[in-house]
Formats: sequence, structure tokens, C-alpha cells
Amino acid sequence: MGKRTVIPFGPQHPVLPEPIHLDLVIEDETVVEAIPSIGFIHRGLEKLVEKNEWPEMVYVIERVCGICSFGHGWGYCKSVEGNLGITVPPRAEYLRTIWHELGRIHSHLLWLGLLADGFGFESLFMHTWRIRESVLDIFEETTGGRVIFSVCKVGGVRRDVSNEKLAEIAKMLDGIRKETEELSSVFLDDISVKNRLVGVGTLSEQEAIDLCAVGPVARGSGVNNDVRYDGHGAYPELGFEAILEDGGDCYARCKVRVREVFQSMDLIKKAIEIMPDGDIDIKIKGNPEGEFVGRMEQPRGEAYYYSKGDGSKFLKRMRVRTPTNANIPALVKTLQGCDLADVPMLVLTIDPCISCTER
Amino acid sequence: MTYVTKSPWVIHYDGSSCNGCDIEVLACLTPMYDVERFGIINTGNPKHADVFLVTGSINEQNISVVRQIYEQMPEPKVVVAIGICATSGGVFRECYNIKGGVDTVIPVDVYVPGCAARPEAIIDGVVKGLGVLAEKKAAMNSALTAVSETENAEMESEPPIEIQVFGSGEAPGKEAEHE
Repeated sequence: MGKRTVIPFGPQHPVLPEPIHLDLVIEDETVVEAIPSIGFIHRGLEKLVEKNEWPEMVYVIERVCGICSFGHGWGYCKSVEGNLGITVPPRAEYLRTIWHELGRIHSHLLWLGLLADGFGFESLFMHTWRIRESVLDIFEETTGGRVIFSVCKVGGVRRDVSNEKLAEIAKMLDGIRKETEELSSVFLDDISVKNRLVGVGTLSEQEAIDLCAVGPVARGSGVNNDVRYDGHGAYPELGFEAILEDGGDCYARCKVRVREVFQSMDLIKKAIEIMPDGDIDIKIKGNPEGEFVGRMEQPRGEAYYYSKGDGSKFLKRMRVRTPTNANIPALVKTLQGCDLADVPMLVLTIDPCISCTER
Repeated sequence: MTYVTKSPWVIHYDGSSCNGCDIEVLACLTPMYDVERFGIINTGNPKHADVFLVTGSINEQNISVVRQIYEQMPEPKVVVAIGICATSGGVFRECYNIKGGVDTVIPVDVYVPGCAARPEAIIDGVVKGLGVLAEKKAAMNSALTAVSETENAEMESEPPIEIQVFGSGEAPGKEAEHE
């Protein structure tokens, strides 16, 4: 047995765009234990429900995270809509689905870039982010914002997208698909990339179930817990099937995300084809009363939105549980026994979103 | 400003932002905006950095981190607060864990508004910051010259010590120290 040393990792670390702190107990070059400490970006925004009226709260909830911003807004709206007992017009649900899936493409491309940066493949990082900019262009054309666009509201969406524009988006997606295909072969087939990913940080199926892993981390270990099956948005009509891999290592998690990028493109194209015409929002009377839980499949996994109203303009309680929070136990588990040099890879492959985690 | 004489290196720290501004900071470096072609590099080491980009507001736990990074940076340095949260707290202003903008802890030179701040705005802010950096450098240089001039004046007022010097160009004061 070698000498044990504790190495602090973070909060300010070149591989992390966001602060998280890990105390790594190492023996020679092997990590024996990892102790995470969080709280560097805790804001306490759930408490703001007491100061913001429930329609205004959408703006705050969208700022839980700037990467999956639209999904958070949608999750909150879904929860309050459940409370109010209203049904959103189908066109609004389709538009939400399209924006959410575009958000997934942008989030996964962003993550693939950060992964490439993490293993030192700088040009791959640059190319991935170049492709991501085209997705942001679609956002900007349809909503006016690049990352946070406040287009979702309780009862529908704020902006309609014309059918001509939608056809244009479908065409743009073809271009993005072609470029992404070129890059995905590097992520999945390149020997030097495989060297860093295959067999690193393996999480077995049983461990993923025991540790309640969510999203691509669980799906990379063969656990199907995709919340899109529960029938929200336009997913039931789109005929959707979750992507599963059974390796459980960093490579499997990477592969799930690469495949999901293409799957999202297919879902968007199908949604554009079968999108119904009609209203994009409904008028709301009254205030939310009672409790409701809405679940969403964010790019990082299952997110959970709870709202409790008492018939006044202010909600009594709002709670968000985000996917990274659920994946931290899985991260700590995979870190045990890995090489010190692989720590950044492992931290990255759960796609940590710390501002989601700490809110 | 028509040109810069220096390729500034930046360091980025996420205070308590929502990530929106952080990914826009990174977007500045990537091919669409590509500030790296001017030699602007995002470094992880505070001791290599000239410009400190802070996103998000200040809370109890990150005060010491922000202050430490600022103190480790060499002079002259510029702080750019990116996004409305770093400027004033923004949408989270009333949260119980938010103390306010970055200027509650360290001096800020340039404020970039926006939620999230657009890459164009961030680049504009950093360019403005470079002007401040040049001014600070000029001020430091003139202060240094002023100090050395007074030192020289003091030395000249002292009676010269007569020592045989063999072709050395050293100042008289230095030789006195050698003695």
C-alpha cells in the first residue's frame, strides 16, 4: 500500500467551465476515494417564488441553467399547467418539442466539444462548437435569443414559427447533420480518442440502478429511464425509442450522446412534417391550487419539477431536482479506482451542470 | 483604439451564473467569433492572465475564490464583469444567498450587460478592458520612472565616492552598495 495523499480538484480548474470541488484521496496514481463538495454557485432561486408571481417565475426558472434553459422553462410550465388543470394547444406542444430537441442538439454538441478539449483534442473542440453555432442561429431566428430565450409561458408559447420557416429549419438541419456525421466518426472511431474513453470509468447496469443514475449516464449502462416515454409534448406522436448502450464506460456515454444528436434531428424533422395548425396559447383564469409534479427529459437526464399553490398569485413552494444532482453518486462511484489522469474525463462524462445542481 | 501591442490572456471564473454567459465566453474563442486569432488565450492559471472575466454574482462561498484569483494575477490587470448577474445580481438579486455584483468584492473596470451577454458584447467589453489595461500599464511605467528619477536625484545629491571602476557602466549608487 502506497502513501495516501489528498489532492484538491477545483473549484477553479481548466477542464471545468463551472466550479465544483473534489477532494481526491490518492494512493500512488490511483484514486481511492473522491469527496465532492458543492455550493459554489448556490443562489437559492426556489425561494424567489415568494417574491415573483407565478407567471413571472418562468424567467427565473429558465435561468436555473443556461444550457438546458428552454427545458427548465417547459418543466416549470408543465408543472403549473398541471396545477391549473389546463391543456396546451397541440401546435404549442409541437413547437416546444422542437425547441427542446434543438436544445438537446446544442447541449450535446457543447458537451462533445468540452470532452474533446478535456482529452486535449483542441481542433475537434473548435469544430464541434462551430457546428453548434448553426443550431444557435436557428434559435436566434425563431426566438430572438441565443441561449436563454424566454419563449415558453404557462399555457403555451410566446412566438409562432411560420411553416415556411419550419421547412427552412428542416433544410438547415440537413446541413448540420452532414457536418456532424463527419465529426461523429472521429469521436467514435479515432484510435487516440478511443484510447482515452474505452474501458474508463465503467458503471455496471446494477450500479446505475442502485445509484439512481439518470439520462445518458444510465442509458450508457443499458438502463432505460427516458422520461420522454411518459407522453408529454409531441413525443407520443413522434414514435420515439430511447437510445441504449451497454458498455457503461466513458465511450458508451459518449456514443449515447452522439446517437442522440442524430435522433433529435430525426424527431425535429418528423415534428415539422406532422405539425398541426392552430393556436399557440390559451387564456388562463385563476391561480394554481394544489400540488403537481412534472418530469422532463433534459439533455442530462430526468429533471423533476414540483409546484404547490394555494390559489394566490404566489406559489407556496417550488422545487427542482436536476439530473446532475442525481448523477453525482454515480460519479463518485466511478472515480474510485481510476487513474488520476482520467479524473477530468470521468467528471466530464456525467456532463456536469453545476448551476443546475446548486440552483 | 486602433491596435493593441499585446496579446492579452484571459482567465474565466464562474461566480454563480446560470452557465449562459459562460458558454458565451467560450463561444468567443471558437471559430464563429475566434478571438484566438489575436492571440487571446483562455488560460487556467491566474498568474498567466491579464484579464479576469467573471460571470455571475457573488455568494458567501465564492468570495474567497474570486478574491484569491484576483490577488494572484500580476499587475497591471483588468476585471470585466460579464452579464447582468456579475454587474448587479440581475434576476437573482433578491435571492438569500446572493451578495450582489462582482464589484462588492474586487474592483471592476468594465461592465458587460446582457442576459446572457452576447459574444459580440463580451468581445467589445474585453476590447474596452484592453484600453484600461494600456492606461494602467502607462500609469505604472510613469510611476516607476518617477520613482527612479527621484532615486537618481537623491543619489546625485550625495557626494560621489571615488572608487576605481574598470569599464563598468553601473550607477554610482550600486557601487556604494557593493562597498
